[in-house]
Amino acid sequence: MLIDVHAHFYHDRTPRADWRERNASRLAAGERIGVTHHVASILGSWGLRSPIYFPSPRDLEYGNDALLALQRQHPDRVRGYVTVNPNYTTHACAEIARCLGAGMVGIKLAASRRATDRLLDPICELARQRGVPVLHHVWQHRRRDWPGQEASDGAELVALAARHPDVRFILAHIGGGGDWQHSLAALRTTANVCVDLSGSGVDGGMLEACLEAAGVERLLWGTDLTMDTGWAKLRYLAHLLTPAQLELVKWKNAARIFPRGAFPAD
Amino acid sequence: MRIDVNAFLGAYPYRRVPGTAPDRLVEALARVDIDEAWVSHLPSLFWRQPMEGNAWLYDTVARERRLRPVPAVHPGLAGWAATLAEAADHGAPAVRCDPSYYGLDPAGPEVRGLAAACGAARLPLMMAVRLEDGRQRHPNDRAGELPASAVRALIRSDAAVRLLITHVDRAFIEEVHFGSTPEEAARIWWDICWIWGPPEDHLETLVETVGVERFVFGTGQPLRIPENAVAKLDLLDLGAARRAAIESENARTGLRR
Repeated sequence: MLIDVHAHFYHDRTPRADWRERNASRLAAGERIGVTHHVASILGSWGLRSPIYFPSPRDLEYGNDALLALQRQHPDRVRGYVTVNPNYTTHACAEIARCLGAGMVGIKLAASRRATDRLLDPICELARQRGVPVLHHVWQHRRRDWPGQEASDGAELVALAARHPDVRFILAHIGGGGDWQHSLAALRTTANVCVDLSGSGVDGGMLEACLEAAGVERLLWGTDLTMDTGWAKLRYLAHLLTPAQLELVKWKNAARIFPRGAFPAD
Repeated sequence: MRIDVNAFLGAYPYRRVPGTAPDRLVEALARVDIDEAWVSHLPSLFWRQPMEGNAWLYDTVARERRLRPVPAVHPGLAGWAATLAEAADHGAPAVRCDPSYYGLDPAGPEVRGLAAACGAARLPLMMAVRLEDGRQRHPNDRAGELPASAVRALIRSDAAVRLLITHVDRAFIEEVHFGSTPEEAARIWWDICWIWGPPEDHLETLVETVGVERFVFGTGQPLRIPENAVAKLDLLDLGAARRAAIESENARTGLRR
């Protein structure tokens, strides 16, 4: 098994005219790489009618519905995170209940509100009750505010994880830009934060540093927007790890933190 | 046959990078089946006198058959023309210049002079757009990225110059390629290390729109893991001949003529 914990799909109400081709490309590349499960999210309308990182409730519903449809279309391959905007607390909680009830397996928080904000607490409490992980978008060492998002960094996610010790958090795309050493230093002793290895960054030394900071049992394989970099990291890890350790990163760690039954062999 | 046109030896000043010693680089080449690597001396890229790293580079590659030297040339310093001649004597497949790290205007008179001299010497001029993702650079690592406008200016500045541009993304390539005449564009090669694969499929698109003959296999190792360049080729349906063009033949027949 090979579980991609950080995938995205598109739909017809996004700025992407090529959304079908991109979805098809992900699935085709996944077949070549050996991905058995794409655990994906859709961030609303991807900027068409509300900002990518501040999606409106209406766009969130449409995106989540599109992902549920993909999950039904590819029941063997696609799993979903329900994406919510914590600024709309009532809507977020209702959307989580609706989408988890329809078969999604996790919650996606992007950058609508800082991880240290109390508005995230009811969402994390729902994650605890439902036993699902929270994949949190992270800017690795945010030194300033970036336009278009209220991004959190690793230290802020760790603060959230400390407030919710019974919730499993996934620090998104350690290779997704920014100072990953800052994030790794922050999460070292926080057992309920796992590291998603996705992102376009393939820096020499990054995977060794992830292993050193989090240990092999807190690493999750993923791709995000670049599947070639994900495959490269997998190939490199095959030289760093024993076969048994590699299985942890490929799928066993994911199977442990997602709800039982989310994947067929867990 | 697989030729990595974009590799480095020596320490990086802004973070700890494993595998920077010559024997470790050779191990990495074996790991990913690379037969030949064109290597630059990484520390001297940041020196005031980058050309002082070339002696070590020549000495090191002379002991390892898989390595070819890509010496640095700083066209703002006295002696650069002799350094260029020395590169040819050592069989260098290219020379490199990193103007923003040297504090030079990337399209200024010094770099244009170097471009013309490289053209006359029939040596490709290698330039990196960046070494690291701009979002993660060290706070004191403030040299600007190589702008696309500079590449357009340089390729127009001399009819014989050939450029090898590394660490470059799709938008940059398209801006320069379609902002050049076909004759100009045919004298530029792009390494693939920074070009995205699926699901965005930037490399697949570029191979069709710009042409397979314009791309060469490069990794940026050890700053980047070399498995990435191989993986993105493995995700393309290129056919053996077109894959070989990127992996070795464009470097052998286009750049090293």
